[in-house]
Amino acid sequence: MLAFVFRRLVQAVLVMLTVAFIAFMLFQYVGDPVTNILGQDATPEQRRQLRSDLGLDSPFPVQFARFVGNAVRGEFGLSLRQGRKVSSLIAERLPATLELTLLAAVLALAIGIPMGVYSALKRGTFASQAMMTASLIGVSLPTFLIGILLILVFAVTLKWLPSFGRGEVEAFGPWTTGMTSVDGWRHLILPAITLAIFQLTLIMRLVRSEMLEVLRTDYIKFARARGLSDRAVYFRHALKNTLVPVVTITGLQIGGLIAFAIITETVFQWPGMGLLFIQAVQFADIPVMAAYLCLIALIFVIINLVVDLLYFAVDPRLRVERTALAH
Amino acid sequence: MKRIAPWLFAATLAVVAPLSEGVTLRVANQGDVQSMDPHSLNESLQLSFTGSVYEPLIERDKNMGLTPALAVKWTQTSPTVWRFDLRPNVKFHDGTPFTADDVVFTFRRAAGEGSDMKGITNPIKEVRRVGDLAVEIETTAPYPILPDTVTRLAIMSKKWCEDNKAERPVDRRKGIENTASFKSNGTGPFRLKERQPSVRTVLIKNFNWWGKADGNVDEVVFTPIGNDATRVAALLSGEVDVMEPVPLQDIERVKAAGISVLQGPELRTIFLGMDQKRDELQFSSVKGKNPFKDVRVRRAFYQAIDEETIKSRVMRGAASPTGLMVGPAVRGFQPDMNKRPAYDPEAAKKLLAEAGYPNGFEVGMNCPNDRYVNDAAICQAVAANLARIGVKVNLMTETKVTYFPKILRRDTSFYLLGWTPSTVDSHDVLSSIMATPTDKGQGQFNLGAYSNPKLDELTLKVQSETDQKKRNDMIREAFRIHQEDVGHIPLHQQTLAWATAKNVQLVQLPSNDMYFKWITLKSSPK
Repeated sequence: MLAFVFRRLVQAVLVMLTVAFIAFMLFQYVGDPVTNILGQDATPEQRRQLRSDLGLDSPFPVQFARFVGNAVRGEFGLSLRQGRKVSSLIAERLPATLELTLLAAVLALAIGIPMGVYSALKRGTFASQAMMTASLIGVSLPTFLIGILLILVFAVTLKWLPSFGRGEVEAFGPWTTGMTSVDGWRHLILPAITLAIFQLTLIMRLVRSEMLEVLRTDYIKFARARGLSDRAVYFRHALKNTLVPVVTITGLQIGGLIAFAIITETVFQWPGMGLLFIQAVQFADIPVMAAYLCLIALIFVIINLVVDLLYFAVDPRLRVERTALAH
Repeated sequence: MKRIAPWLFAATLAVVAPLSEGVTLRVANQGDVQSMDPHSLNESLQLSFTGSVYEPLIERDKNMGLTPALAVKWTQTSPTVWRFDLRPNVKFHDGTPFTADDVVFTFRRAAGEGSDMKGITNPIKEVRRVGDLAVEIETTAPYPILPDTVTRLAIMSKKWCEDNKAERPVDRRKGIENTASFKSNGTGPFRLKERQPSVRTVLIKNFNWWGKADGNVDEVVFTPIGNDATRVAALLSGEVDVMEPVPLQDIERVKAAGISVLQGPELRTIFLGMDQKRDELQFSSVKGKNPFKDVRVRRAFYQAIDEETIKSRVMRGAASPTGLMVGPAVRGFQPDMNKRPAYDPEAAKKLLAEAGYPNGFEVGMNCPNDRYVNDAAICQAVAANLARIGVKVNLMTETKVTYFPKILRRDTSFYLLGWTPSTVDSHDVLSSIMATPTDKGQGQFNLGAYSNPKLDELTLKVQSETDQKKRNDMIREAFRIHQEDVGHIPLHQQTLAWATAKNVQLVQLPSNDMYFKWITLKSSPK
């Protein structure tokens, strides 16, 4: 067990170093920080001075080591565009993205699983056919289009919900949330639905096919033979076994949700990290881009690590094999 | 639930009550103001927004003329010295009185490291205090447009900057943030109430302002909305009162929905430039010589471009075709010279043949695709036009992030650029775009290195000539030479498009500045 965890950790560190290297290369090849800071009209002497002040004249490995050292402490320097610390910019934006992502994940699970179960159990009925068709649309429509359609219907035509922003937020220390006010919730609904739709349809289809699979197995037949109620068979025995892969996929998809959030955030002007990243790309704000890249990589690495460990805990076969090998 | 309801009700009242008394204006823009520091970035949105909080010595009136702001009077006491008499009894938002020290401090701050306003301070040798409410500005050479240039420089409080360690705009070298980036203390008609970068920025009326507002706005809520469709939706759904820019393709639809769209020519002129320096073009099929050195080729290009069609098709009418490198609002604009040569592909072909290219040639063209309105589409239209006279254009469009470093290195043979004379004076265009490039900053954006000594001489004279009539004649002559030489090919001034709810009255300046003090909201439809 310990060896397994250790191996995983080493891999994670390697991945992070690689990503850090790519982020570092951004500084080297996209734009020149000296020109960015001093402007076009600086003298060569001023440039040389700034170059040494910023440590840009040291050898490549030294610069990279310094970059990694700072990155570990969460320091990526100042945003070229806003002149503010990248770490504080990200800290400001992280709550918005996490709130949106979390709500979207909850929505996707809370609606996707029941829909999947229903369409598996009532196969062939009109309602389940309709769900399957609708889910196809959900899988194939791009996120930005769904967002714009929702805005058109609920903000412009019906005027029920706001079309942009986060609305009223309350701060708890460094954390901000819109979930404590009606206005905040009104602002959350459309972006959360937009972000959830793809995951929702994915989970629904996954649950349905897993459920159909499980329902064909022997132990379900035995359970029925024992005279258990449908309810107990479906929910206590069948669904429980269906959920193992669903949980794994959902965990991995949280990373995907954060990545998709870029688009949703752009459409709804949601002040999260995705929007920050898009704005940084538009203005070649390299410190922000590098920080975002590293942070997203870190989130992915952590989620993968946790999922691996969970798998290890959940699936007894994995443990048995390893012990067998060890002997 | 029942227990928290009264509390919730009271809280809602508390939030709503102060708003219902005053007039709140909700503004959306495609980008955010990057910083509250008026010296940190020389960009129109930044200066426009901070221009409601901070004030310059002299400001622009509704017709772009000069009008007293923090200086009540300015006189030229010698060719290189200007005296500014300052407005008495002005207080900064924190209550500190405004004095000559603040002006001296401001010019030093703007000239220092981290400032993006050095273009304004470069010609200035010294700013001297000559009394509590008077300063003298000495320039290194006679500089008649000093009053125009100082309109872009916001005066900051010396005491406040020192107390808040904001003596210079952001110090990137040490990676230190700056209080002036998120807080502000100006003398202007509005005070900063709340600042959430990229989310919202709220201004409230300054009741101690020295001037009299020509509008009725008590509070401004500014929101950046980057996505065009979302910005339009926010206006249509009544969540914002004013937004800009309106995407060209949406103008008609927005109008049909009962929204007013205000359009006007912008100061910026869009033009094409050609490499006239290298002996062989970097990107062309012609080897051993540079076709752009021949004025007949340049004129042929000019005549081959169908600007009227670009205006109607690419720009959907939202452009004013121009034959000059400056627009009508710029001092030195010559209305009678604002004519383009007739669109005539046949004549252009003939000119090309005379120049020795009867079958045309190939040339690479560089173009940004996210800087100006429909920039890439303009270049495609130009390429199609030129194909008709046998010139094959290899068009390369790219994002401004990679485009500008490339063309500023002058790695281009044929390019598109837009230029706004920030001083609203022709000298800016003569000196930055038309004059022969030198290492002293002349012709800094004359990327094709068009060069005519006569024009250079005139540019220098225009810079220091104080007699307006003579000066105008010189500008006229310089423009005539440039037109004759086809130094650049002017295309058009793009049109500004702001959209407002029906109950909003405002003033649109060609500089794209939006001053909240000039906005009136008639009784709200809410």
